[in-house]
Amino acid sequence: MSPADHGNERTVVLEVDKLSVSYGKVNALHGISLKVHRGEIVTVIGPNGAGKTTLLCALIGLLPASGDIVYLGERQHGGRSVEQLVRLGMTLVPEKRELFAEMSVADNLLLGAFDRYRAGHRDSLETMEDVFNVFPRLMERREQTAGTLSGGERQMLAMGRALMAKPRLLLLDEPSLGLAPLIIREIFRTITQLKRTGVAILLVEQNARAALQVADYAYVLETGELALEGASRQLASDPRVVASYLGLGGRR
Amino acid sequence: MDLQIALLLGQDGLTNGAIYALLALALVLVFAVTRVIFIPQGEFVAFGALTLASLQAGKLPGTVWLLLALGVLIGVLEGSRAVRAGQLRRLPLIVLLNVGVPLLLAGTLIAVSPATLPLPVQVLLALMLVVPLGPMIYRLAYQPVAEASVLVLLIVSVAVHVALTGLGLLFFGAEGSRTPPFTEVSFAVGDALLQGQTVLVIVASLGLIIALYLFFERTIYGKALRATAMNRTGARLMGISGTLAGMLSFTLAALIGVLSGILISPITTIYYDSGFLIGLKGFVGAIIGGLASYPVAAAGAALVGLLESYSSFWASAFKEVIVFTLIIPVLLWRSLKTTHVEEQ
Repeated sequence: MSPADHGNERTVVLEVDKLSVSYGKVNALHGISLKVHRGEIVTVIGPNGAGKTTLLCALIGLLPASGDIVYLGERQHGGRSVEQLVRLGMTLVPEKRELFAEMSVADNLLLGAFDRYRAGHRDSLETMEDVFNVFPRLMERREQTAGTLSGGERQMLAMGRALMAKPRLLLLDEPSLGLAPLIIREIFRTITQLKRTGVAILLVEQNARAALQVADYAYVLETGELALEGASRQLASDPRVVASYLGLGGRR
Repeated sequence: MDLQIALLLGQDGLTNGAIYALLALALVLVFAVTRVIFIPQGEFVAFGALTLASLQAGKLPGTVWLLLALGVLIGVLEGSRAVRAGQLRRLPLIVLLNVGVPLLLAGTLIAVSPATLPLPVQVLLALMLVVPLGPMIYRLAYQPVAEASVLVLLIVSVAVHVALTGLGLLFFGAEGSRTPPFTEVSFAVGDALLQGQTVLVIVASLGLIIALYLFFERTIYGKALRATAMNRTGARLMGISGTLAGMLSFTLAALIGVLSGILISPITTIYYDSGFLIGLKGFVGAIIGGLASYPVAAAGAALVGLLESYSSFWASAFKEVIVFTLIIPVLLWRSLKTTHVEEQ
Protein backbone atom coordinates (compact mmCIF):
# COMPACT_ATOMS: atom_id res chain seq x y z
CA MET A 1 0.00 0.00 0.00
CA SER A 2 1.49 3.29 -1.06
CA PRO A 3 1.40 6.10 1.50
CA ALA A 4 -1.17 8.15 -0.44
CA ASP A 5 -3.72 5.35 -0.52
CA HIS A 6 -4.51 5.30 3.16
CA GLY A 7 -8.13 4.29 3.63
CA ASN A 8 -9.02 4.43 -0.04
CA GLU A 9 -12.28 2.60 0.66
CA ARG A 10 -13.88 5.83 1.83
CA THR A 11 -14.72 9.01 -0.03
CA VAL A 12 -12.02 11.62 -0.24
CA VAL A 13 -13.21 14.89 1.31
CA LEU A 14 -10.12 16.95 0.69
CA GLU A 15 -7.25 16.40 -1.67
CA VAL A 16 -4.44 18.89 -1.88
CA ASP A 17 -1.72 18.73 -4.49
CA LYS A 18 1.43 20.86 -4.70
CA LEU A 19 -0.02 23.65 -2.60
CA SER A 20 2.24 26.66 -2.14
CA VAL A 21 1.73 29.85 -0.17
CA SER A 22 4.03 32.82 -0.07
CA TYR A 23 4.02 36.05 1.88
CA GLY A 24 5.51 38.41 -0.67
CA LYS A 25 8.84 36.83 -1.59
CA VAL A 26 8.94 34.54 1.42
CA ASN A 27 7.82 31.03 0.67
CA ALA A 28 5.76 29.88 3.64
CA LEU A 29 4.55 26.58 2.20
CA HIS A 30 5.94 24.65 -0.69
CA GLY A 31 4.56 21.68 -2.62
CA ILE A 32 2.20 20.36 0.03
CA SER A 33 0.16 17.30 -0.99
CA LEU A 34 -2.26 15.65 1.38
CA LYS A 35 -5.55 13.81 1.56
CA VAL A 36 -8.38 13.62 4.10
CA HIS A 37 -11.15 11.02 3.95
CA ARG A 38 -14.62 11.00 5.42
CA GLY A 39 -14.64 9.98 9.09
CA GLU A 40 -10.90 10.18 9.32
CA ILE A 41 -8.62 12.22 11.53
CA VAL A 42 -5.53 13.41 9.73
CA THR A 43 -2.94 15.35 11.65
CA VAL A 44 -0.19 17.67 10.56
CA ILE A 45 2.48 17.97 13.21
CA GLY A 46 5.56 20.12 13.21
CA PRO A 47 7.48 22.72 15.16
CA ASN A 48 6.68 26.39 15.59
CA GLY A 49 6.85 28.36 12.38
CA ALA A 50 6.67 25.31 10.12
CA GLY A 51 3.62 26.76 8.38
CA LYS A 52 0.85 24.74 10.03
CA THR A 53 -1.50 27.67 10.62
CA THR A 54 -0.68 29.03 7.18
CA LEU A 55 -1.77 25.70 5.69
CA LEU A 56 -5.19 25.85 7.35
CA CYS A 57 -5.68 29.52 6.47
CA ALA A 58 -4.87 28.76 2.84
CA LEU A 59 -7.29 25.83 2.78
CA ILE A 60 -10.23 27.88 4.05
CA GLY A 61 -9.49 30.81 1.76
CA LEU A 62 -8.14 33.32 4.27
CA LEU A 63 -4.83 33.33 2.37
CA PRO A 64 -4.23 33.11 -1.38
CA ALA A 65 -2.49 29.92 -2.47
CA SER A 66 -1.34 28.23 -5.65
CA GLY A 67 -1.67 24.57 -6.47
CA ASP A 68 -4.64 22.22 -6.57
CA ILE A 69 -7.25 21.95 -3.85
CA VAL A 70 -10.01 19.46 -4.55
CA TYR A 71 -12.78 19.69 -1.98
CA LEU A 72 -15.76 17.31 -2.14
CA GLY A 73 -14.68 16.27 -5.62
CA GLU A 74 -14.63 19.82 -6.93
CA ARG A 75 -11.51 21.73 -7.89
CA GLN A 76 -11.32 25.08 -6.09
CA HIS A 77 -10.36 27.23 -9.06
CA GLY A 78 -8.99 30.70 -8.48
CA GLY A 79 -9.43 30.65 -4.74
CA ARG A 80 -12.90 30.56 -3.27
CA SER A 81 -13.89 32.96 -0.54
CA VAL A 82 -14.16 31.88 3.09
CA GLU A 83 -17.93 32.36 2.94
CA GLN A 84 -18.31 30.03 -0.06
CA LEU A 85 -16.26 27.31 1.63
CA VAL A 86 -18.23 27.68 4.85
CA ARG A 87 -21.40 27.19 2.80
CA LEU A 88 -19.85 23.98 1.45
CA GLY A 89 -19.31 22.64 4.96
CA MET A 90 -15.69 23.51 5.66
CA THR A 91 -15.15 24.99 9.12
CA LEU A 92 -12.02 26.24 10.83
CA VAL A 93 -11.47 26.40 14.58
CA PRO A 94 -8.69 28.98 14.61
CA GLU A 95 -5.70 28.94 16.92
CA LYS A 96 -6.82 32.17 18.59
CA ARG A 97 -10.39 30.85 18.95
CA GLU A 98 -11.80 34.18 17.63
CA LEU A 99 -14.85 34.04 19.90
CA PHE A 100 -17.40 36.84 20.25
CA ALA A 101 -16.17 37.84 23.70
CA GLU A 102 -19.01 40.11 24.80
CA MET A 103 -21.74 37.69 23.75
CA SER A 104 -23.17 34.81 25.70
CA VAL A 105 -22.08 31.24 25.08
CA ALA A 106 -25.52 30.48 23.63
CA ASP A 107 -25.29 33.39 21.17
CA ASN A 108 -21.79 32.35 20.11
CA LEU A 109 -23.13 28.89 19.37
CA LEU A 110 -26.17 30.27 17.57
CA LEU A 111 -23.94 32.30 15.25
CA GLY A 112 -22.04 29.11 14.44
CA ALA A 113 -25.22 28.09 12.63
CA PHE A 114 -25.59 31.49 10.91
CA ASP A 115 -24.81 30.20 7.46
CA ARG A 116 -27.14 27.22 7.88
CA TYR A 117 -29.86 29.67 8.95
CA ARG A 118 -29.25 31.73 5.83
CA ALA A 119 -29.39 28.63 3.69
CA GLY A 120 -32.85 27.94 5.10
CA HIS A 121 -32.18 25.40 7.86
CA ARG A 122 -34.09 26.14 11.05
CA ASP A 123 -32.63 23.38 13.24
CA SER A 124 -30.11 25.36 15.29
CA LEU A 125 -31.80 24.58 18.62
CA GLU A 126 -31.58 20.83 18.03
CA THR A 127 -27.97 21.20 16.87
CA MET A 128 -27.25 23.17 20.04
CA GLU A 129 -28.60 20.26 22.11
CA ASP A 130 -26.17 17.95 20.29
CA VAL A 131 -23.31 20.33 21.01
CA PHE A 132 -24.30 20.49 24.68
CA ASN A 133 -24.19 16.68 24.74
CA VAL A 134 -20.64 16.80 23.42
CA PHE A 135 -19.62 19.64 25.76
CA PRO A 136 -21.84 19.54 28.89
CA ARG A 137 -19.71 22.35 30.35
CA LEU A 138 -21.04 24.75 27.74
CA MET A 139 -24.58 23.93 28.83
CA GLU A 140 -23.74 25.07 32.37
CA ARG A 141 -22.15 28.26 31.05
CA ARG A 142 -24.73 29.06 28.37
CA GLU A 143 -25.75 32.46 29.78
CA GLN A 144 -22.19 33.57 30.61
CA THR A 145 -20.32 35.84 28.18
CA ALA A 146 -17.59 34.12 26.22
CA GLY A 147 -14.95 36.51 27.53
CA THR A 148 -15.39 35.20 31.09
CA LEU A 149 -14.67 31.55 30.21
CA SER A 150 -11.50 29.71 31.14
CA GLY A 151 -9.04 28.68 28.45
CA GLY A 152 -10.35 25.14 28.19
CA GLU A 153 -13.95 26.31 28.05
CA ARG A 154 -13.04 28.77 25.32
CA GLN A 155 -11.58 25.97 23.23
CA MET A 156 -14.72 23.94 23.83
CA LEU A 157 -16.86 26.88 22.77
CA ALA A 158 -14.78 27.45 19.64
CA MET A 159 -15.20 23.78 18.73
CA GLY A 160 -18.87 23.77 19.68
CA ARG A 161 -19.48 26.84 17.57
CA ALA A 162 -17.79 25.13 14.62
CA LEU A 163 -19.94 22.02 15.13
CA MET A 164 -23.08 24.18 14.95
CA ALA A 165 -22.35 24.50 11.22
CA LYS A 166 -22.60 20.68 10.92
CA PRO A 167 -19.28 20.62 9.05
CA ARG A 168 -18.13 17.98 6.62
CA LEU A 169 -14.52 18.98 7.09
CA LEU A 170 -13.38 20.35 10.42
CA LEU A 171 -10.05 22.13 10.47
CA LEU A 172 -8.60 22.31 13.99
CA ASP A 173 -5.69 24.64 14.64
CA GLU A 174 -3.73 23.73 17.79
CA PRO A 175 -6.67 22.87 20.05
CA SER A 176 -4.22 22.05 22.86
CA LEU A 177 -2.55 25.46 22.80
CA GLY A 178 -2.15 26.93 26.27
CA LEU A 179 -4.29 24.31 28.02
CA ALA A 180 -3.62 22.18 31.09
CA PRO A 181 -2.83 18.48 30.42
CA LEU A 182 -6.12 17.30 31.88
CA ILE A 183 -8.14 19.61 29.66
CA ILE A 184 -6.05 18.58 26.64
CA ARG A 185 -7.00 14.97 27.32
CA GLU A 186 -10.66 15.93 27.46
CA ILE A 187 -10.48 17.91 24.21
CA PHE A 188 -8.75 15.06 22.40
CA ARG A 189 -11.26 12.55 23.72
CA THR A 190 -13.94 14.72 22.17
CA ILE A 191 -12.08 14.84 18.87
CA THR A 192 -12.08 11.04 18.79
CA GLN A 193 -15.83 11.05 19.52
CA LEU A 194 -16.46 13.48 16.68
CA LYS A 195 -14.82 11.10 14.24
CA ARG A 196 -17.70 8.69 14.76
CA THR A 197 -20.18 11.24 13.43
CA GLY A 198 -18.49 10.90 10.03
CA VAL A 199 -16.91 14.33 9.90
CA ALA A 200 -13.45 14.53 8.37
CA ILE A 201 -10.93 16.22 10.65
CA LEU A 202 -7.68 17.87 9.75
CA LEU A 203 -5.85 18.49 12.99
CA VAL A 204 -2.80 20.70 13.15
CA GLU A 205 -0.79 20.25 16.34
CA GLN A 206 2.47 20.99 18.04
CA ASN A 207 1.60 18.48 20.71
CA ALA A 208 2.69 15.55 18.56
CA ARG A 209 2.09 12.84 21.13
CA ALA A 210 -1.56 13.72 21.71
CA ALA A 211 -2.17 14.26 17.99
CA LEU A 212 -0.62 10.94 16.92
CA GLN A 213 -2.71 9.12 19.53
CA VAL A 214 -6.04 10.22 18.06
CA ALA A 215 -5.16 10.52 14.35
CA ASP A 216 -5.39 7.82 11.70
CA TYR A 217 -2.82 9.31 9.42
CA ALA A 218 -0.15 11.92 9.97
CA TYR A 219 2.10 14.30 8.12
CA VAL A 220 5.18 16.01 9.48
CA LEU A 221 5.61 19.59 8.32
CA GLU A 222 9.04 21.20 8.59
CA THR A 223 9.94 24.69 7.33
CA GLY A 224 7.10 24.76 4.84
CA GLU A 225 7.53 21.30 3.38
CA LEU A 226 6.21 17.85 4.22
CA ALA A 227 9.10 15.86 5.64
CA LEU A 228 7.37 12.60 6.52
CA GLU A 229 4.00 10.93 6.29
CA GLY A 230 2.41 7.67 7.27
CA ALA A 231 -0.13 5.95 9.46
CA SER A 232 -0.04 7.58 12.90
CA ARG A 233 0.95 4.35 14.64
CA GLN A 234 3.89 3.92 12.29
CA LEU A 235 4.99 7.52 12.62
CA ALA A 236 4.76 7.35 16.40
CA SER A 237 7.48 4.71 16.38
CA ASP A 238 9.54 6.25 13.60
CA PRO A 239 12.93 7.06 15.11
CA ARG A 240 13.07 10.49 13.43
CA VAL A 241 9.71 11.51 14.86
CA VAL A 242 10.54 10.07 18.25
CA ALA A 243 13.79 12.01 18.36
CA SER A 244 12.38 15.35 17.21
CA TYR A 245 8.83 15.43 18.53
CA LEU A 246 8.12 12.79 21.11
CA GLY A 247 11.25 12.51 23.18
CA LEU A 248 11.90 9.35 25.14
CA GLY A 249 8.40 9.18 26.60
CA GLY A 250 6.97 8.38 23.18
CA ARG A 251 8.56 4.96 23.07
CA ARG A 252 5.90 2.78 24.58
CA MET B 1 -35.86 83.23 31.67
CA ASP B 2 -39.10 82.10 33.21
CA LEU B 3 -40.41 78.56 33.52
CA GLN B 4 -42.48 78.80 30.37
CA ILE B 5 -39.51 79.64 28.19
CA ALA B 6 -37.42 77.00 29.94
CA LEU B 7 -40.06 74.39 29.18
CA LEU B 8 -40.33 75.53 25.60
CA LEU B 9 -36.57 75.36 25.10
CA GLY B 10 -36.41 72.00 26.83
CA GLN B 11 -39.11 70.65 24.55
CA ASP B 12 -37.24 71.94 21.53
CA GLY B 13 -33.96 70.54 22.76
CA LEU B 14 -35.37 67.11 23.46
CA THR B 15 -37.01 66.92 20.03
CA ASN B 16 -33.75 67.74 18.27
CA GLY B 17 -31.87 65.59 20.75
CA ALA B 18 -34.04 62.59 19.88
CA ILE B 19 -33.16 63.01 16.21
CA TYR B 20 -29.46 63.45 17.03
CA ALA B 21 -29.66 60.32 19.17
CA LEU B 22 -31.00 58.30 16.24
CA LEU B 23 -28.21 59.57 14.00
CA ALA B 24 -25.62 58.92 16.71
CA LEU B 25 -26.80 55.31 16.92
CA ALA B 26 -26.53 54.92 13.15
CA LEU B 27 -23.01 56.36 13.18
CA VAL B 28 -21.89 54.04 15.98
CA LEU B 29 -23.43 51.07 14.18
CA VAL B 30 -21.76 51.82 10.86
CA PHE B 31 -18.40 52.49 12.47
CA ALA B 32 -18.47 49.40 14.69
CA VAL B 33 -19.35 47.08 11.82
CA THR B 34 -17.44 48.59 8.88
CA ARG B 35 -14.95 51.07 10.49
CA VAL B 36 -16.46 53.73 8.21
CA ILE B 37 -17.00 57.18 9.73
CA PHE B 38 -20.23 57.80 7.87
CA ILE B 39 -20.17 61.52 7.13
CA PRO B 40 -22.95 61.20 4.49
CA GLN B 41 -25.34 60.09 7.27
CA GLY B 42 -26.82 63.61 7.30
CA GLU B 43 -27.49 63.53 3.56
CA PHE B 44 -30.00 60.75 4.15
CA VAL B 45 -31.85 63.07 6.54
CA ALA B 46 -32.01 65.81 3.91
CA PHE B 47 -32.79 63.42 1.04
CA GLY B 48 -35.57 61.78 3.05
CA ALA B 49 -37.18 65.07 4.02
CA LEU B 50 -36.82 66.67 0.60
CA THR B 51 -37.99 63.58 -1.28
CA LEU B 52 -41.13 63.56 0.84
CA ALA B 53 -41.57 67.31 0.23
CA SER B 54 -41.18 66.80 -3.55
CA LEU B 55 -43.73 64.02 -3.55
CA GLN B 56 -46.17 66.23 -1.66
CA ALA B 57 -45.56 69.10 -4.06
CA GLY B 58 -46.43 66.77 -6.95
CA LYS B 59 -42.90 66.84 -8.34
CA LEU B 60 -40.87 63.83 -9.33
CA PRO B 61 -38.00 63.75 -6.78
CA GLY B 62 -34.51 63.62 -8.29
CA THR B 63 -33.65 60.73 -6.00
CA VAL B 64 -35.54 58.48 -8.47
CA TRP B 65 -32.88 59.13 -11.09
CA LEU B 66 -30.07 58.61 -8.60
CA LEU B 67 -31.61 55.30 -7.60
CA LEU B 68 -31.87 54.29 -11.25
CA ALA B 69 -28.32 55.40 -12.09
CA LEU B 70 -26.77 53.58 -9.13
CA GLY B 71 -28.91 50.54 -9.95
CA VAL B 72 -27.62 50.46 -13.53
CA LEU B 73 -24.02 50.86 -12.33
CA ILE B 74 -24.33 48.01 -9.85
CA GLY B 75 -26.19 45.92 -12.42
CA VAL B 76 -23.31 46.31 -14.89
CA LEU B 77 -20.72 45.62 -12.18
CA GLU B 78 -22.40 42.53 -10.73
CA GLY B 79 -23.55 41.36 -14.15
CA SER B 80 -20.08 41.39 -15.66
CA ARG B 81 -18.76 39.63 -12.58
CA ALA B 82 -21.39 36.91 -12.91
CA VAL B 83 -20.57 36.49 -16.63
CA ARG B 84 -16.85 36.18 -15.88
CA ALA B 85 -17.54 33.57 -13.21
CA GLY B 86 -19.76 31.70 -15.68
CA GLN B 87 -22.87 32.07 -13.52
CA LEU B 88 -25.25 33.17 -16.25
CA ARG B 89 -28.34 32.00 -14.39
CA ARG B 90 -27.78 34.71 -11.77
CA LEU B 91 -28.02 37.40 -14.46
CA PRO B 92 -31.83 37.85 -14.60
CA LEU B 93 -32.05 38.30 -10.83
CA ILE B 94 -29.24 40.88 -10.82
CA VAL B 95 -30.92 42.91 -13.57
CA LEU B 96 -34.36 42.63 -11.99
CA LEU B 97 -33.15 43.69 -8.55
CA ASN B 98 -30.89 46.58 -9.55
CA VAL B 99 -32.56 47.98 -12.65
CA GLY B 100 -36.06 46.50 -12.70
CA VAL B 101 -37.15 47.60 -9.25
CA PRO B 102 -35.98 51.24 -9.63
CA LEU B 103 -37.64 51.37 -13.08
CA LEU B 104 -40.86 50.03 -11.62
CA LEU B 105 -40.71 52.62 -8.85
CA ALA B 106 -40.08 55.44 -11.33
CA GLY B 107 -42.92 54.22 -13.53
CA THR B 108 -45.30 54.09 -10.58
CA LEU B 109 -44.41 57.64 -9.57
CA ILE B 110 -44.98 58.94 -13.09
CA ALA B 111 -48.24 57.00 -13.48
CA VAL B 112 -49.91 58.05 -10.22
CA SER B 113 -49.73 61.59 -8.92
CA PRO B 114 -48.06 61.15 -5.52
CA ALA B 115 -49.38 64.50 -4.24
CA THR B 116 -52.89 63.07 -3.97
CA LEU B 117 -51.85 59.97 -2.03
CA PRO B 118 -52.42 59.75 1.73
CA LEU B 119 -49.47 60.77 3.93
CA PRO B 120 -48.48 57.25 5.10
CA VAL B 121 -48.18 56.11 1.47
CA GLN B 122 -46.07 59.14 0.63
CA VAL B 123 -43.79 58.35 3.58
CA LEU B 124 -43.52 54.75 2.41
CA LEU B 125 -42.62 55.91 -1.11
CA ALA B 126 -39.94 58.26 0.24
CA LEU B 127 -38.48 55.36 2.25
CA MET B 128 -38.49 53.09 -0.81
CA LEU B 129 -36.73 55.77 -2.86
CA VAL B 130 -33.99 56.79 -0.45
CA VAL B 131 -33.23 53.84 1.85
CA PRO B 132 -31.88 51.58 -0.96
CA LEU B 133 -29.31 54.29 -1.71
CA GLY B 134 -27.55 53.28 1.54
CA PRO B 135 -26.54 49.73 0.57
CA MET B 136 -26.00 50.85 -3.03
CA ILE B 137 -23.49 53.48 -1.95
CA TYR B 138 -21.82 50.86 0.22
CA ARG B 139 -21.57 48.51 -2.76
CA LEU B 140 -20.10 51.14 -5.08
CA ALA B 141 -17.97 53.31 -2.82
CA TYR B 142 -16.97 51.29 0.22
CA GLN B 143 -17.00 47.59 -0.64
CA PRO B 144 -14.08 47.82 -3.12
CA VAL B 145 -11.93 49.35 -0.36
CA ALA B 146 -13.49 47.52 2.61
CA GLU B 147 -10.10 46.32 3.88
CA ALA B 148 -8.47 49.74 3.69
CA SER B 149 -7.49 51.79 6.73
CA VAL B 150 -9.93 53.96 8.69
CA LEU B 151 -8.32 57.05 7.15
CA VAL B 152 -8.93 55.87 3.56
CA LEU B 153 -12.52 55.03 4.44
CA LEU B 154 -12.90 58.49 5.98
CA ILE B 155 -11.64 60.11 2.79
CA VAL B 156 -14.15 58.05 0.77
CA SER B 157 -16.83 59.30 3.18
CA VAL B 158 -15.86 62.92 2.54
CA ALA B 159 -16.04 62.30 -1.22
CA VAL B 160 -19.46 60.63 -0.96
CA HIS B 161 -20.69 63.49 1.24
CA VAL B 162 -19.56 66.17 -1.22
CA ALA B 163 -21.04 64.27 -4.17
CA LEU B 164 -24.37 63.76 -2.44
CA THR B 165 -24.60 67.40 -1.32
CA GLY B 166 -24.01 68.50 -4.92
CA LEU B 167 -26.63 66.09 -6.18
CA GLY B 168 -28.99 67.38 -3.48
CA LEU B 169 -28.65 70.91 -4.87
CA LEU B 170 -29.27 69.60 -8.37
CA PHE B 171 -32.31 67.56 -7.37
CA PHE B 172 -34.07 69.85 -4.93
CA GLY B 173 -32.73 73.33 -5.66
CA ALA B 174 -31.48 75.85 -3.15
CA GLU B 175 -34.85 76.53 -1.53
CA GLY B 176 -35.71 74.82 1.70
CA SER B 177 -38.83 72.74 2.25
CA ARG B 178 -41.06 72.02 5.15
CA THR B 179 -43.61 69.21 5.18
CA PRO B 180 -47.01 69.51 6.86
CA PRO B 181 -47.11 68.12 10.42
CA PHE B 182 -48.30 64.58 10.99
CA THR B 183 -50.62 65.78 13.71
CA GLU B 184 -52.15 69.12 14.65
CA VAL B 185 -53.01 68.30 18.24
CA SER B 186 -51.35 70.14 21.07
CA PHE B 187 -51.50 69.83 24.82
CA ALA B 188 -51.39 72.53 27.46
CA VAL B 189 -48.79 71.80 30.12
CA GLY B 190 -49.13 74.55 32.71
CA ASP B 191 -48.64 77.74 30.74
CA ALA B 192 -46.65 76.10 27.95
CA LEU B 193 -48.08 74.52 24.85
CA LEU B 194 -46.84 71.05 23.96
CA GLN B 195 -46.98 70.36 20.24
CA GLY B 196 -48.30 66.97 19.13
CA GLN B 197 -45.57 66.80 16.50
CA THR B 198 -42.91 67.17 19.20
CA VAL B 199 -44.38 64.32 21.19
CA LEU B 200 -44.58 62.27 18.02
CA VAL B 201 -40.90 62.82 17.23
CA ILE B 202 -39.82 61.76 20.72
CA VAL B 203 -42.15 58.75 20.85
CA ALA B 204 -41.19 57.62 17.34
CA SER B 205 -37.48 58.00 18.15
CA LEU B 206 -37.83 56.00 21.34
CA GLY B 207 -39.84 53.37 19.46
CA LEU B 208 -37.14 53.13 16.80
CA ILE B 209 -34.42 52.84 19.45
CA ILE B 210 -36.33 50.00 21.14
CA ALA B 211 -36.85 48.30 17.77
CA LEU B 212 -33.12 48.56 17.08
CA TYR B 213 -32.34 47.13 20.50
CA LEU B 214 -34.63 44.17 19.89
CA PHE B 215 -33.10 43.67 16.44
CA PHE B 216 -29.58 43.47 17.89
CA GLU B 217 -30.50 41.36 20.91
CA ARG B 218 -33.10 38.98 19.55
CA THR B 219 -32.55 38.34 15.84
CA ILE B 220 -29.76 36.28 14.33
CA TYR B 221 -28.97 39.01 11.77
CA GLY B 222 -28.65 41.59 14.55
CA LYS B 223 -26.37 39.25 16.45
CA ALA B 224 -24.35 38.69 13.29
CA LEU B 225 -23.79 42.45 12.99
CA ARG B 226 -22.65 42.64 16.60
CA ALA B 227 -20.38 39.65 16.04
CA THR B 228 -18.76 41.36 13.05
CA ALA B 229 -18.17 44.44 15.18
CA MET B 230 -16.53 42.31 17.90
CA ASN B 231 -14.44 39.95 15.83
CA ARG B 232 -14.25 40.28 12.07
CA THR B 233 -12.25 37.11 11.43
CA GLY B 234 -14.43 35.07 13.77
CA ALA B 235 -17.54 36.32 11.98
CA ARG B 236 -16.14 35.51 8.53
CA LEU B 237 -15.38 31.98 9.67
CA MET B 238 -19.08 31.63 10.55
CA GLY B 239 -19.99 32.68 7.02
CA ILE B 240 -20.91 36.26 7.98
CA SER B 241 -19.17 38.09 5.17
CA GLY B 242 -17.99 41.66 5.53
CA THR B 243 -20.10 42.54 2.49
CA LEU B 244 -23.29 41.22 4.06
CA ALA B 245 -22.59 43.03 7.34
CA GLY B 246 -21.71 46.23 5.48
CA MET B 247 -24.84 46.16 3.33
CA LEU B 248 -27.02 45.47 6.35
CA SER B 249 -25.53 48.22 8.50
CA PHE B 250 -25.73 50.77 5.67
CA THR B 251 -29.37 49.82 5.06
CA LEU B 252 -30.13 50.42 8.74
CA ALA B 253 -28.19 53.69 8.76
CA ALA B 254 -30.06 54.91 5.67
CA LEU B 255 -33.39 53.87 7.19
CA ILE B 256 -32.61 55.73 10.41
CA GLY B 257 -31.48 58.80 8.45
CA VAL B 258 -34.56 58.93 6.24
CA LEU B 259 -36.95 58.40 9.15
CA SER B 260 -35.19 61.17 11.08
CA GLY B 261 -35.55 63.49 8.11
CA ILE B 262 -39.23 62.70 7.74
CA LEU B 263 -39.82 63.20 11.46
CA ILE B 264 -37.99 66.51 11.70
CA SER B 265 -39.11 68.17 8.44
CA PRO B 266 -42.46 69.43 9.83
CA ILE B 267 -40.52 71.20 12.62
CA THR B 268 -37.48 72.59 10.81
CA THR B 269 -37.05 73.82 7.26
CA ILE B 270 -34.67 71.41 5.54
CA TYR B 271 -32.32 72.58 2.79
CA TYR B 272 -30.26 70.36 0.49
CA ASP B 273 -27.23 70.86 2.76
CA SER B 274 -28.98 70.84 6.17
CA GLY B 275 -28.16 67.21 6.67
CA PHE B 276 -24.47 67.77 7.25
CA LEU B 277 -24.94 69.95 10.32
CA ILE B 278 -27.63 67.65 11.75
CA GLY B 279 -25.42 64.62 11.14
CA LEU B 280 -22.45 66.38 12.70
CA LYS B 281 -24.41 66.97 15.90
CA GLY B 282 -25.29 63.30 15.95
CA PHE B 283 -21.58 62.70 15.49
CA VAL B 284 -20.77 64.72 18.61
CA GLY B 285 -23.15 62.39 20.47
CA ALA B 286 -21.45 59.38 18.94
CA ILE B 287 -18.04 60.72 20.01
CA ILE B 288 -19.32 61.10 23.58
CA GLY B 289 -20.11 57.39 23.33
CA GLY B 290 -16.60 56.74 22.03
CA LEU B 291 -18.07 55.51 18.71
CA ALA B 292 -18.69 52.28 20.59
CA SER B 293 -21.36 52.59 23.27
CA TYR B 294 -24.95 52.89 22.02
CA PRO B 295 -26.59 54.12 25.25
CA VAL B 296 -23.87 56.71 25.98
CA ALA B 297 -24.03 57.93 22.37
CA ALA B 298 -27.81 58.36 22.59
CA ALA B 299 -27.60 60.16 25.93
CA GLY B 300 -24.80 62.36 24.60
CA ALA B 301 -26.86 63.28 21.57
CA ALA B 302 -29.83 64.21 23.75
CA LEU B 303 -27.45 66.42 25.75
CA VAL B 304 -26.27 68.06 22.52
CA GLY B 305 -29.91 68.84 21.63
CA LEU B 306 -30.60 70.45 25.01
CA LEU B 307 -27.33 72.39 25.01
CA GLU B 308 -28.10 73.67 21.53
CA SER B 309 -31.56 74.86 22.40
CA TYR B 310 -30.59 76.64 25.65
CA SER B 311 -27.52 78.23 24.11
CA SER B 312 -29.66 79.53 21.25
CA PHE B 313 -31.59 81.47 23.90
CA TRP B 314 -28.65 82.91 25.80
CA ALA B 315 -26.08 83.28 23.05
CA SER B 316 -27.75 82.52 19.78
CA ALA B 317 -24.78 83.80 17.75
CA PHE B 318 -22.57 81.18 19.39
CA LYS B 319 -25.08 78.33 19.26
CA GLU B 320 -23.07 76.08 16.93
CA VAL B 321 -19.76 77.08 18.49
CA ILE B 322 -20.94 76.00 21.93
CA VAL B 323 -22.27 72.67 20.66
CA PHE B 324 -19.14 71.76 18.76
CA THR B 325 -16.81 73.01 21.49
CA LEU B 326 -18.40 70.36 23.68
CA ILE B 327 -16.30 67.83 21.82
CA ILE B 328 -13.04 69.16 23.29
CA PRO B 329 -13.73 68.49 27.00
CA VAL B 330 -15.34 65.19 25.99
CA LEU B 331 -12.24 64.08 24.10
CA LEU B 332 -10.03 65.21 26.99
CA TRP B 333 -12.14 63.31 29.49
CA ARG B 334 -12.18 60.20 27.30
CA SER B 335 -8.45 60.21 26.68
CA LEU B 336 -7.76 60.60 30.41
CA LYS B 337 -10.28 57.97 31.41
CA THR B 338 -9.52 55.19 28.95
CA THR B 339 -6.38 53.16 29.29
CA HIS B 340 -5.07 51.90 25.99
CA VAL B 341 -4.61 48.16 25.87
CA GLU B 342 -2.10 46.61 23.55
CA GLU B 343 -3.54 44.54 20.72
CA GLN B 344 -3.10 40.92 21.59
